Amino acid sequence: MKQQLPRIIVLVFGAFLLFQFFVPHESSEWIYEFLLDWIIIIGVFALAVGIWSLFNVHVEKIKTRKFGWKYSYVTLAAFASMVLFGLTAQNGQEWGWFFPFLVTAVLTVMMIVQAWASKGNAKLFLIAAGVFGLSAALIAWLDGSWSFYFQTAAPLQSFMFRRTFDNILVSLHATMFSLLAFFIASAAYRAFRARNVMASLLLIAALVVMSRFNPYLEPLFGEKVNRLSNWLMNVPNLAAQRAIVMGIGLGMVATALKVVLGIERNYMGKG
Amino acid sequence: MVNSVKGRHMKHKLKLVLVLLLFCWTTAAAQSDTPLPDTVAAAPSIPPPAPVTNLQAVDTDNDHGHAITLTWEKSADDGAGANAVVAYDVWRWYPFDMDVVDSLRQDLAATRDAVRAFRIDLPRAERALEELREDAAKLNTTRFRVAVPDDSGFTLTVDYALRKLEDTIAYMRDNRPTLMNRIKPEQQELDQALERLTQAHAAFPQNGEWRTVGKALAGATGFTNTGSKDQTSSDFFPDYSDLYYRVEAVTIDPTVRSEAVQVGPVQSTGQWFHTGKIPVVLFVAMFLVFTVTFVQLAKRGTDLYVRPLSGIEAVDDAIGRATEMGRPILYLLGIGVATEVNTIASFSILGRVAKRVAEFQTPIIVPCYDPIVMAVAQEVVKSSFLDAGRSDDYRQESVFFVTNYQFAYVAAVNGIMLRERPATNIYMGKFMAESLLLAETGTLAGSIQIAGTDEIAQIPFFIVSCDYTLIGEELYAASAYLGREPVLLGSLKAQDWAKAVIMVCALIGMVATALGWPAFAHFFQVTG
Repeated sequence: MKQQLPRIIVLVFGAFLLFQFFVPHESSEWIYEFLLDWIIIIGVFALAVGIWSLFNVHVEKIKTRKFGWKYSYVTLAAFASMVLFGLTAQNGQEWGWFFPFLVTAVLTVMMIVQAWASKGNAKLFLIAAGVFGLSAALIAWLDGSWSFYFQTAAPLQSFMFRRTFDNILVSLHATMFSLLAFFIASAAYRAFRARNVMASLLLIAALVVMSRFNPYLEPLFGEKVNRLSNWLMNVPNLAAQRAIVMGIGLGMVATALKVVLGIERNYMGKG
Repeated sequence: MVNSVKGRHMKHKLKLVLVLLLFCWTTAAAQSDTPLPDTVAAAPSIPPPAPVTNLQAVDTDNDHGHAITLTWEKSADDGAGANAVVAYDVWRWYPFDMDVVDSLRQDLAATRDAVRAFRIDLPRAERALEELREDAAKLNTTRFRVAVPDDSGFTLTVDYALRKLEDTIAYMRDNRPTLMNRIKPEQQELDQALERLTQAHAAFPQNGEWRTVGKALAGATGFTNTGSKDQTSSDFFPDYSDLYYRVEAVTIDPTVRSEAVQVGPVQSTGQWFHTGKIPVVLFVAMFLVFTVTFVQLAKRGTDLYVRPLSGIEAVDDAIGRATEMGRPILYLLGIGVATEVNTIASFSILGRVAKRVAEFQTPIIVPCYDPIVMAVAQEVVKSSFLDAGRSDDYRQESVFFVTNYQFAYVAAVNGIMLRERPATNIYMGKFMAESLLLAETGTLAGSIQIAGTDEIAQIPFFIVSCDYTLIGEELYAASAYLGREPVLLGSLKAQDWAKAVIMVCALIGMVATALGWPAFAHFFQVTG
């Protein structure tokens, strides 16, 4: 039954969604939207599982003193700080005891992590976690310059959350993305080496297309190169892309049918 | 000589002054309020254009309902005759009960908004009151006081602010339960009004009026009146109700229009089958037949030949290499979610790879981008280890969630590549801009790399950076290749046959269209 039930669920819902594609009626749309809502609900619970996994992996790393284990403290401290920034907001202009609270709260988390990761001194770290946790709770209770917001999105616009998000995370993302330019250059260098006839053809085609899109070279080569480049992009390139897309479409249908019919069960962990 | 130069300068200056004067005069003249002549030439009177003919209203095909399509034959004065028609006004008869529904809907929305606002603002106001009470003494003594207008004018008192805030809080506390209690009866009233709409429409032409629902430009011979299926929307369009329409041809003078042509009653309903998708149904049915046939053939033991894929055949070598080097294998499922077919295909490949990995006793690392994907991947890897008889070797931490921010994920995975130095990197699934960042880092780390994706734009990046690349559909075939199970190979054969059918259809379509018979190609057009 443990093996049959998932297959029955997949068959029923898979077949329903297949038929739903051909039924434009409102009731069919309603069921489809209802199922999509379930994906969101499952996603929310899965996020908790994901965060637990992240926490566990880093604690394990600290525990086993794996290479770079010290960075796991940074990850966990940053994680705890962002959670606190996302749940708290100032009530006025004053910060009050927010930063001592933040430090004690993060230290509480760190002590719990340390207790988890340590082999012999767990009790000591747990006592320290209790002391820090109590201090954090006391500050939170007594300080009125900021509050916890659980039901509103106010903290998402708070100073600390926005500043850390906009000034740290967004900049780091942009940095990672900008590395792509250098990687493209190194990859292009490897790809365009004229080692044989085919690679030479690729190099020539690439040079033509590049000269078309280069603002400095384009006026030098004139209209003929433009037309050749457009032909390369719109005829051989597009034809190959369409062939691949058609294959992908068939592959998707085949996979979906295999899953619905229960032929492919590997994704359920049944190899 | 000097005099002549001076004379020329004088001439230039004079010219300049004259030009400036001319400019000033023309500007002033242009800006002066010259009265318009009293007698404006009267526009020539336009005779009313001929009305549209053969007006028909039908339920719109292949939709979920809530739409009516009108068709007509153009007015005789549209593009011909007096050529006076500029547009067609479309009117629908609205019972006054629609206004009642709208008003009830707005009331309910306002009540809900108020309750929501109270829920957020009441705690804020209470906190503000608490703070104000604490600071009242300080505020009264400091140089910068709170400026609050009171009943007698503009004074500087904290007491007044306190009183006002207390009143507001009291008002919120008193009214919130009342407002909350109002939601249910208001909803019931709205439901009843919505139920009455069908009867109200049937009462045509009593208790209602014509209202414009749209405009079609001259030359048009049709119009679709579409509304929302959402009963809480102001654009709600009722199904199963008798609807009446009017169309008028309009001239450039909006008061001059043709006689209105009326049509109705007509009802909108949703359809149970989309006729525009018949080719898809046929194709799916054909594919199903192929799949079942080849699977049955495979079960009976028929030898099915499938073209070898170097990328798949390299998987075993890559796992062997990792075992020999004593390094782990890094498997990435991409940035897709568990509902995407490419991710499902990747799960299948992961299952096969994990089984081999378990047999070879090589460590595997699977950093995940999505928590649901992580949960499924953990289960897949665990089952594979179990199948290989190595359940004790399975470590749950080997499949873990990293983050669902694209470039943060790249940073984390690149870090893993450079720290752990995996012998083999396998990329299977959906990859976007991160593909090259990952694959190039893998190259720098000296790993053997096998990639497979159905994202057309990323395939070239993988081809350049990886040792083996599964292009497009090969990603979907990989699991069957790795498993070599006859049933799965049967489905691959079905795929090949479907491709052959598509190629034949494409050739026939080309020839038929070239010979002036486009009906064959048109048959495959899918709408909606």
